[in-house]
Amino acid sequence: MLQRRGLTRAALATLAVLWAAPRALADNVELPHDWQLGMQPAASPVREHIDVLNNELLIIISLIVLLVLGLLLYAIVKFSAKRHPVPSKTTHNPLLEVTWTIVPVIILAVIAVPSFKLMYYMDRVPHADLTLKVTGHQWYWSYNYPDQGNLSFDSNMMPVAEQIKEGKPRLLEVDNPIVVPVGSVIRVLITSTDVIHSWFMPSMGVQEYAVPGRVNQAWFSVDHEGTYYGQCNQICGINHPFMPIKIVALPKADFEKWLSEAKKKFSADAAPQGTPTHPATLVAKATEARPARLDAPSGN
Amino acid sequence: MSYHDATIDGEAHDHRPGFFVRWFASTNHKDIGTLYIIFSICTALIGGVVSVVMRAQLMHPHNTLITDHQIYNVLFTTHGLIMVFFAIMPATMGGFGNWFVPLMIGAPDMAFPRMNNVSFWLLVPAFLLLACSAFVGAGDGVNGAGPGVGWTLYVPLSEAGPSGHPGPSIDMVIFALHLAGASSIMSSINFITTIFNMRAPGMTLHRMPLFVWAILVTAFMLLLALPVLAGAITMLLTDRNFGTTFFKPAGGGDPLLFLHLFWFFGHPEVYIMIIPGFGMISQVVSTFSKKPVFGYLGMAYAMVAIGVIGFIVWAHHMFTTGISVDTQAYFTAATMVIAVPTGVKIFSWIATMWGGSIEFKTPMLFAIGFIFLFTIGGVTGVVLANAGLDHALHNTYYVVAHFHYVLSLGAVFSLFAGFYYWIGKMSGRQYNETFGKIHFWTTFIGVNLTFFPMHFLGAAGMPRRIADYPDAFAGWNFVASIGSFISFASTLFFVFIVFHTLLYGKRVGANYWGEGATTLEWQLSSPPPFHSFEEIPVIAPTGH
Repeated sequence: MLQRRGLTRAALATLAVLWAAPRALADNVELPHDWQLGMQPAASPVREHIDVLNNELLIIISLIVLLVLGLLLYAIVKFSAKRHPVPSKTTHNPLLEVTWTIVPVIILAVIAVPSFKLMYYMDRVPHADLTLKVTGHQWYWSYNYPDQGNLSFDSNMMPVAEQIKEGKPRLLEVDNPIVVPVGSVIRVLITSTDVIHSWFMPSMGVQEYAVPGRVNQAWFSVDHEGTYYGQCNQICGINHPFMPIKIVALPKADFEKWLSEAKKKFSADAAPQGTPTHPATLVAKATEARPARLDAPSGN
Repeated sequence: MSYHDATIDGEAHDHRPGFFVRWFASTNHKDIGTLYIIFSICTALIGGVVSVVMRAQLMHPHNTLITDHQIYNVLFTTHGLIMVFFAIMPATMGGFGNWFVPLMIGAPDMAFPRMNNVSFWLLVPAFLLLACSAFVGAGDGVNGAGPGVGWTLYVPLSEAGPSGHPGPSIDMVIFALHLAGASSIMSSINFITTIFNMRAPGMTLHRMPLFVWAILVTAFMLLLALPVLAGAITMLLTDRNFGTTFFKPAGGGDPLLFLHLFWFFGHPEVYIMIIPGFGMISQVVSTFSKKPVFGYLGMAYAMVAIGVIGFIVWAHHMFTTGISVDTQAYFTAATMVIAVPTGVKIFSWIATMWGGSIEFKTPMLFAIGFIFLFTIGGVTGVVLANAGLDHALHNTYYVVAHFHYVLSLGAVFSLFAGFYYWIGKMSGRQYNETFGKIHFWTTFIGVNLTFFPMHFLGAAGMPRRIADYPDAFAGWNFVASIGSFISFASTLFFVFIVFHTLLYGKRVGANYWGEGATTLEWQLSSPPPFHSFEEIPVIAPTGH
């Protein structure tokens, strides 16, 4: 069994993770790694769909670049002044010109079909098991679970010195992560109270701007247990690099346990963070909710 | 010398005004073109230094070169604005456009010589306003001094609220863009009028050199796009200073309105930067292949098509802002259509080389480099055009790689190609070929080393516009920084080449490129006489 898994490791990697013991999986931390060439491993159905299109496109664009490079090199070698002293006077070839207009159109049509499917797949939230409301602030996120007793809390970046001391990923670790149950469809509602932020979770394939006065929607479900990281991805002021996102995916039972603990822990400051979606409320909050200018957290 | 004598012995033809009048009150398209080129080399060096400082900060994670991140934010903002408005546009339209459009169509000068002078001199205060904006105060805001908003000036970060930029910096940027915009609009009017009315007899529109076509298309795009930017930033100005709420949700406004208006200008703007490059590459490839351009009409109308479609694709910059899925579908489809005329151009350039007798002089090296690298930038553009995929790549370094491949490796390569192609014509002295080739190869290696790894960083999820990044992105960032140092060293070498050429370059005759150089400027001496043509040239009815 072990041998077989070794042989087909690449194909079975995802399944293997699903089958392995839950305890071991709690340590599954998805992070980008140094000298990485492609995307972070997919952790949601949306990202898996993105990967399919991305891989298809990668092949197409590589072939196009190689074709252009090949033609250029051939022309450079074959038609240099030394080898080819007398230039031809050909300036038209209708068949050729029609071909290099029509063929790209066909290639683009081939790309467009799966591209449109992906777009509409991402847009339509399937029946959601859980709603997560994300509010961007300078420079932290606040999260709200409206259908879980309106649980609300802020998620700040853990100070860099602590991140280093505790061996956590620098600039990515937060004090209060989002916790979600594995496999549940999560509807994300995203807004902001001050400037535009962008809630970007690369491994989920989720990115939406947090725009004041507007609520944007996205969805994901996490394929397997683990810890996932993302960052704010729209310039939002001096501390833009310091508002990371952390999602911990737990089995349903563990999630319920976390939920009851979190309700106790955050009940004190849950009240004002509620669900202020009215634009005027959001903007009014901007002035009071803004923290004093953080001293650059990169310092020691 | 009396007026009468001058007329009789014919020397009035090359009578030049004194230094001050010639350079500060110029009405001569060649002198104004020279001013534009000097101006854009200076601003490009400033913008380049800014980018090297940014790459130095990003060379290692947890770097402490820049500890106040607002300074970093101001750096990338000014880098973008300088390169777009004060380096590339003045060089392509103002520099080479002014110099060679009148020569190529056989016109004695631009249609409105004094307006031409105003166009240039508006750029100087505009640039000073932009440069000074980086140093003015924070007001009572949280972010600090200078415009730390990105060249896109997104609201509400650019609004005057305490979470934005309440100090005068953004107002100064707005005025800088107003002046630069007025300058470009005037110069566009000038080009359109000149090209439509002052072509030599026999020079029909369909027999104009492709560079003139490129400038014509660009001028129309500027004329239609810039007023929209002017409107948007004026609304921002009144939001900031006079209590309007165009972009403020609290007063019924919408930040997305600004994004739409900005990109309605901003997307045509990227074609405004590259289309004159297309024109220059066509001239260079044709000259050094010793063949007329393949598929001339297709090439000309491909530029027109790119110009037209360029106006109806703007929201592909906004796929993740919450626009509806049907809107995303339209903008994905429209954006991908641009690949078709662009493909026509790439293949036509290769077909021009095909069967030619190619001389690999420096301009041709830059042109071939342009074709290959622009293709890479183009295909990543097709990837980003897919709204679904864009949700995983938007605002990452993949985007930074993409647009630097089309601009830093596309537009800039075309400018270098144009410079080496025409410097002999402009100055009467030729560059040193060995130096030119060293400059090409160091630039080629440097820029690819800088920007290719950014594709990997972006795919892995590294956000743009951050002064410090998670440690996992260290490797490729280091490579990119080394690449940028090589590129900048190469650029300094280019400055040396400029001086070397002007001081020690060999004197050249009218047509130093030989049989391949067929456009009208090669009929004139190098440098051309002060008033170009002694008599209006007549174009024989053969041609394309």
